[in-house]
Amino acid sequence: MVQQHFQHSQIQRLTYVVIILTLVLFLLGMSVGSTGFTMIWPPSSDSSVLQIMWDIRLPRTLAAWLAGALLGLAGAIAQGLFRNPLADPYLLGSASGATLGVALSLVMLSTTLFTENWLQRLGITSIAFIGALAGVVITVILARGFQHTFRLLLAGVIVGVILAAISSFFAIMHPEILPVMQAFMLGTTSFAGWSACLLMSVVLIACCLVAWSLSKALDALTLGELTAISLGLRLNFARGILIVVLALATGAAVSQVGLIAFVGLAAPHLVRSLIKVVHRTLLIYSTLIGGILLLGADILARALIAPQELPVGLLTAILGGSYLLWLMHAGQNRAK
Amino acid sequence: MKRFGSVSLVFLALFLSLPVGAVEITDDLGVTSSFANPPQRIISLLPSLTETVCVLKQCQKLVGVDRYSNWPASIKSLPIVGGGLDPNIEAIAILKPDVVLVGKSSRTTDRLRSLGIKVLTFDVRDYRSAQLAMTKIALLLGLPDKDTELLWQNIIAQVSSIAASLPKSSQGIRVYFEVSNTPFGAGESSFIGETLSRLKVINIIPASLGPFPKLNPEFIVRENPNLIMLGYTANENLSARPGWNKIQAVSQQRICTFTAEEADVLSRPSPRIPEAAQIMANCLIAKSPK
Repeated sequence: MVQQHFQHSQIQRLTYVVIILTLVLFLLGMSVGSTGFTMIWPPSSDSSVLQIMWDIRLPRTLAAWLAGALLGLAGAIAQGLFRNPLADPYLLGSASGATLGVALSLVMLSTTLFTENWLQRLGITSIAFIGALAGVVITVILARGFQHTFRLLLAGVIVGVILAAISSFFAIMHPEILPVMQAFMLGTTSFAGWSACLLMSVVLIACCLVAWSLSKALDALTLGELTAISLGLRLNFARGILIVVLALATGAAVSQVGLIAFVGLAAPHLVRSLIKVVHRTLLIYSTLIGGILLLGADILARALIAPQELPVGLLTAILGGSYLLWLMHAGQNRAK
Repeated sequence: MKRFGSVSLVFLALFLSLPVGAVEITDDLGVTSSFANPPQRIISLLPSLTETVCVLKQCQKLVGVDRYSNWPASIKSLPIVGGGLDPNIEAIAILKPDVVLVGKSSRTTDRLRSLGIKVLTFDVRDYRSAQLAMTKIALLLGLPDKDTELLWQNIIAQVSSIAASLPKSSQGIRVYFEVSNTPFGAGESSFIGETLSRLKVINIIPASLGPFPKLNPEFIVRENPNLIMLGYTANENLSARPGWNKIQAVSQQRICTFTAEEADVLSRPSPRIPEAAQIMANCLIAKSPK
């Protein structure tokens, strides 16, 4: 009882911290840009400043948060599904699928001078999205379904390697696409506009609702697959739906902002190191903290070498990697 | 008759309503943009386009460039708005450009267009497309067609006179131009290859292999070039590559390396072709078999 109360107050404290941090970061996100720090209050009447605030800074700030949230959610689902703390959203071939999609569309863009109409209308982001989903579908097919966690993981690794090799093949045959591919793989939020925000928020809301309603299955899975089945859960059904959610969330984030490293891996770890909770709560907080992590990194990426900016994926890789390393050693010391 | 008169009146009105100097430019993506007046504030996100604007003597209209643009020296004081592939959209918008010139990078183009900024995309890969890009940019800037045509003719004439200045011994020697040590080479169909052909040397990479093919090092050993140009700044001992000490160019030390500035001139498809030709010619004069 006492412990439960203790946990409750811990969660409450975390909630306050998360809300305040998110608000502060959004305000910062609106203030930090190419000209350094600009106050958003009092509002300017200059039309170009207004355009920068509302059409550039706000959508990219929101997009960074949304993409981070999607990756945080996907990371929590992946770690629960595979009962593996090292699982990340890119595990099932979505990252390499998206990269291949980008490579293919770039090759088509560079070989036809006047781009095919449909390709231009679709745009690279949609093709990356389709690629990410296709990567997961191939993984599931190669694993002959999603019943076996281990087979699924293995198939994901194999698909990842093969699709990455095919992308490299295209890059070798058309070296002019290499820099564009590299830019995609480093991840950046600078191209995100309102349409990207709309897409990601729709996907985020849908994925959150579905994942939340299936969180009991993830809890049951932590006890082992047999126990979960013996509890009478429709495990396969839940697992299939969760994989779809994982693929959609990852695909939406990756196609809009590129390959962002470590956010999906670090967010659930961060939540677990702060509070001990069931999956229903873990999913929510991973989502919120994923958003905070990527938005924070994005603001840093904009500010560090302003007026130029760093690819945000570089920063998340360095920061997220260092954090996980610290967590690993801190955990070891505690165990001693 | 009366009706005909009113129709022609409408046409006349339409014609008069078009401001003088209005131009329509179709870029290399096939997108047409119209400009009521020649743009006065230009941002270039590609070094070769920056150089094209400056060769047309319109450098003063540039208000921002990408981080790789470094010629002429006068543009070094301009605001840098990131790279062509990772531009800072906000920094571009703040400069209120009338037009942004970019290389092929659809994400940049799409994002800028969605903000209502006019973007012209150029895909320059050979002499023809370089000439086309120069003509379009000149048209955009409201320069007379005749002058641009003369300028281009002058560029080609300069290359010809550089070619004529070469010693007879350099004619027909077999050259390998390495773009990067992976190794990627410059083929006959590339921009670099076109300059080489005008200098009357033989490129060991035929047009059929594409502009910048990734080669098997064995291919280069078998082709046995008389001279090698390294189009990147690297200090590599080519004779250490397996089998390469058998290549004539390597065993006779006929290898040209270039400074970073020279490498920029060689690798950029801009109207500075005569400079590139002169750099290659200097190499040929110094290293050709006597």
